[in-house]
This record gives sequence, C-alpha cells and structure tokens, in this order.
Amino acid sequence: MPIDKFVKLESTCVPVPIENVDTDQIIPARFLKATTRDGFGDNLFADWRYDKSGNPKEDFVLNDPTYSGKILVASQNFGSGSSREHAAWAIAGYGFKAVVSSFFADIFKNNSLNNGLLPVQVSKEFLEELFQAIEKDPATKVEIDLENQKITLQPNGSSESFEINPYKKKCMLNGFDDIDYLLNISNEIATWEKANS
Amino acid sequence: MAGKTLFEKIWDKHVVTKVDGGPSVLYIDRHFVHEVTSPQAFAGLRDRGIQVRRPEKTVATADHNIPTLNQDQPIQDELSRFQVNKLALNCEEFGVPLYGLNHKWNGIVHVIGPELGITKPEMTIVCGDSHTSTHGAFGSIAFGIGTSEVEMTLATQTLLQNKPKTMRINIDGELGKGVVSKDIVLYIISLIGTGGATGYFVEFAGSAIRNLSMEARMTICNMSIEMGARGGMIAPDETTFEYVKGREFAPKGAEWDKAVEEWRQLPSDTDAEFDKELTYKASDIEPMITYGTNPGMGIGISKSIPTLEEIEKSTQATFKKSMQYMDFQPGDAMIGKKVDYVFIGSCTNGRIEDLRAFAAFVKGKKKADNVTAWIVPGSHQVEAQAEEEGIRQILEESGFEMRQPGCSACLAMNDDKIPEGNYAVSTSNRNFEGRQGPGARTMLASPLTAAATAITGKITDPRDFL
Ligand code: SF4
Repeated sequence: MPIDKFVKLESTCVPVPIENVDTDQIIPARFLKATTRDGFGDNLFADWRYDKSGNPKEDFVLNDPTYSGKILVASQNFGSGSSREHAAWAIAGYGFKAVVSSFFADIFKNNSLNNGLLPVQVSKEFLEELFQAIEKDPATKVEIDLENQKITLQPNGSSESFEINPYKKKCMLNGFDDIDYLLNISNEIATWEKANS
Repeated sequence: MAGKTLFEKIWDKHVVTKVDGGPSVLYIDRHFVHEVTSPQAFAGLRDRGIQVRRPEKTVATADHNIPTLNQDQPIQDELSRFQVNKLALNCEEFGVPLYGLNHKWNGIVHVIGPELGITKPEMTIVCGDSHTSTHGAFGSIAFGIGTSEVEMTLATQTLLQNKPKTMRINIDGELGKGVVSKDIVLYIISLIGTGGATGYFVEFAGSAIRNLSMEARMTICNMSIEMGARGGMIAPDETTFEYVKGREFAPKGAEWDKAVEEWRQLPSDTDAEFDKELTYKASDIEPMITYGTNPGMGIGISKSIPTLEEIEKSTQATFKKSMQYMDFQPGDAMIGKKVDYVFIGSCTNGRIEDLRAFAAFVKGKKKADNVTAWIVPGSHQVEAQAEEEGIRQILEESGFEMRQPGCSACLAMNDDKIPEGNYAVSTSNRNFEGRQGPGARTMLASPLTAAATAITGKITDPRDFL
C-alpha cells in the first residue's frame, strides 16, 4: 500500500493528556472484526468517546468542538499493549497525520510509520509546554517539519528537534513502503535462502 | 572484542542485508497467522498480485474470535464468523496450512507452536500478535508485528527491523512456596513499569529462571511485552531440549543430534555485554496481584494499594483514573476483596501445567457460590490431556466447568465477557480498561492465587492453603 507523503504539517492540535494509553483504549478489541482497513476512525477511543448507548460523552476531547486538528498530542508511553495495527488505522482514519508524545511503545511506532502517521517524540518539558499552550488557546498551531526534523510551537516559536530513523524518514517523505523495498531485493533474499538452507 | 549475547548470535545469523543507514533485512523462519490481524495483509497481497513467498514457513490458526462452547456449531456472531471464514478462504487461496476450528491441533497460536514442536531454539518467529514473545522461552527471537509487517513477511519472508538494545534480567535464588513464574514476571513489571524495557530485547537469566519448567518460562517471556520489551528470551538448556524432543515437528534421529549440538552454542558468552542489566532476588517475591489498569500496577498480595502520596507526581492523574475505574481506594488492602469471576486460560497461563496446578489446588474443595469460573484450555491438545489426566473430573467435582479452547476472556472478542463493574481474577496478561469486556475490572494473578480466590470467593493468598 503506498502511504501518504509527509513533508510539512501545520495544524491545530487535539490534546489527550493521559499517560500509558494502551491500544485497547485506542481501539477496543470488539472493533477488530473488520477485514478491511477502513472505518476504524469512527471507533477511535470508543469507550472514552461514547456511552453505552453509543451517544457521545461530552467531556471527552474528541467530542469537544473547542479542539480540532491533524495533530494528536498525547502523554507519556502512548500505544503500549497489543500489536494491533488497527490502533494506527483508527488514528489515521480519524484524520490525524501526526502523534506527539514524550514516549511511544515500540510496535505502535512501527505501525504508525507503516501507515504514514508520523510519531514525534519530544522531551517531557516540551510536551508540557505544548499542553499548556493548547489549553490556554485551542487555536494554537504547531508546525512539524519532517525534512528538518523539527517541531515548532508557532505562537512563540519555541521548537525542538526530533529523531527519526533515516530510512523511515525517506519512506515518509516519498510515500514509499517497506514491502516495495523488500520486493525489489527478492533475488538477494533468494540467494541468502540458498546459502542458509 | 566482547563475546556475543544469545540475542546477537541468532540475530546475526538471520540478517540478509542491511539498508544503508537504516534497518536490517531480517529473515523470518516461522510466521504464525491468526484471523484478526491477517485479512488486510492477504488483501494487500491480492492488490499487489503476489503470492505468499514461503507458505511452508507459515502456519495459521483461529483463536481470538472463536466461542468456547459448542464449537461444532456455526459461530453465532456474524462478524466473528465472517472473519474466521475469511481466514480459511485466504489460507486456501495462498496455500497456507491452517489448523482451524475443530482441527485437532487448533488452539491459541502461542500454545500450539511450542506444543507441536514448531517452536525451537535459534529461530526467528513472528506473528501479528504482541505475545509472540512467548516463543522466546526456547531461545529464539520472537516478537509481535503489525498487519503491514504481516503482509511484508507473507510477501518476502523478511522484515525490515532495527536492532534493539539488549537487557538481561537475572532472578537469583529460590522462590518461596506458593510463588510461581507468573509472580516473577508481575514482580518485575511492577518495579520497572510498562515502559521499563521499551527499545530492548530482554534475556531472562539466573538460577530461579534455570529451575523453571518450559511452560513456566513461556509465562515469563509471554509477558515481556507488558514491560514494553520488543521480546523476551531464555537460553536453551536440557529442559528445553527435553521439552522439544519427540514433538510432531521436532527434528528426528541424526538431525536431532545435530540440532542440539548447535543449540548448545547459543547461550550468551560469559564476556558478552548487555546494554542494561538488572538483578533481583527470588526470595523477595511473593504471590502478586494487580490493583489497577495496567500490568505495572501490581503488588505483593499481602500489601496494600499505594497511597496517593506514594505515587510519583506525574503519574497521579493516571493513578486516580485507575482507582476510579476499579472502584478501589488508595491504601486499601487487596486480601479479602470480593471477586465475581475467575478466569484460567490464555497464552500466559492456559497450558497443561497451569490446569494441573489449579486442579491440584481445588481438589477436594468447593468453588465459592459467588464466583463464576471459566477454565479455558489453551488448545485442543491441552484439553485432551486434561481429560486424560482426570483434570476435568477433579474440576467438575469441585464445581468448576472446563470450556473449549480459545483466547476467550483474555480479550473478550467472543461471548466470554466479564459484565460491567464485575471483578475478575484472571491468569491472562492485560488488565487494561475494558480488556475483558466493557467496564470489566481485572486483577491479574497466578493460577494458584486464582484457585485460592475461586474457593473463598475473595482475594486470597494461596499460601494460606499450602
Ligand atoms: S490469549 Fe490473549 S494475549 Fe494470548 S493471543 Fe489470545 S488474545 Fe492475545
């Protein structure tokens, strides 16, 4: 599946200041019965977002019209637990292009990158600054510049650089996916198989 | 130059090539597939017009969605039925062997791999399921992957992977009575947290680990993902060889001897260096139980839930949210709390040794009336063996019912859901909000603690009975 290119993003943010958000919260298991990648966005954070009869819970941020945007700002240790890629599909399906946190679980990070959703890991201090700025003014815009690996809080220009594996960066900038890469070295894999069988 | 770790020895043998400045192309020896995380991957192959590269290195089972009663009848839930059927259709189209519903080898993916002798030392093993780390107990590199990576493995039998850092966790000395491998792993996670090993591949070592059976070792590696690790592993030894020998897909005759010879070279060299090393005393561990909504929120069963002051400032909001969800008060004792459900099963503790331990404990006693207990074997083979050993009968005489194999209440994708607000002591691996059903309140523990609790109807220290 070719992924969307990601070069630069400027957007308002949706804050979810809860630590240790696991993939069961991002998309509960009962929604994993689908056999396509579509439609998971509707059930993103389902148990926090809807009550038992399926009505939106007013106090949850996704139901609060004050906040919108393409950047999800999350707390420490985001995406732990199950390996379900459905979590990344749900976040991307909802319309987010990037997730910012001070710490990501490994598999979630991989899954996101494989779906054109950029995980941006920042310091605890910068994250705190982001949360405060968004709380003070929900219209606050943040810029994520992948080429220069830089995230900037636009109102005051406060910024921080973030890490990304150079190979993954190239994939995101160009919209390549890993499978294309591996299919291209098929002969090399065959040679290895022969030598190691 | 320093020696190599167990992890490095296996990793190095499986690197096909390295992307410049990027990840390694890692060859995968075995790929396990199940119904939930594979349909989109097979669809991807179809879109690209390609085949499964090595179907004979791939094996599929249906486990997550299946009911644990009346498995001979069509699955009632429409979506579950569709997903399980889809797996069968995909396996047929792409030539992947399937141990589907009612197959004698069907069961939870991480239970059947080892019991069939598919899982062996020195392998690279993946599955679209985070608890793939279980297979590391044999001295293999085994880890969970997402669906894009499932597609990658189906298409190319390789994965692009960055080499993780290595960590060794030593547990030295002897375990106290009533303390089992589940307690060891819950103890470690309670100390280092659910992100404590993120970025690392963990090797478990030390005399307490050496003395564990294969199944007990699997329980520990299974939960290494709950400390954030990419995977967990234990060096193979006589216990490992003994377990693998003679199983369906284990090497036989001269091939077996050759394999064992090679596997003996695997343990980490004495001068190997780890990026991080932690050491704990087995005698400090008591039966563990969780009180909150992630596996790191665990304590020794005789202890009390921490008070708010004892929790780090930055974590206090999460802690409070957890207490609210569980309807517990900070500072509460765990012993004596009322329990509605007891679940024995899952890829963590649904093996024959777990059922044996549970049955031996409840033999001659009666299940408490206020407790609903679900005993779910991890596979058809476990079920058959439990039957043969008279375990089913012991359970029934004590008022327990053994159901049919599957993931069941571990993630509640089938009908086995803990009702909202009810308390469950569960031998599974995750106590996240809603994991065992919307509003379900889970406390993770060992099969022994679950047994003691099922008998008294409230959280009970198994040592009271021993
Ligand atoms: S038993 Fe639970 S943890 Fe294990 S594979 Fe099934 S759902 Fe996953």
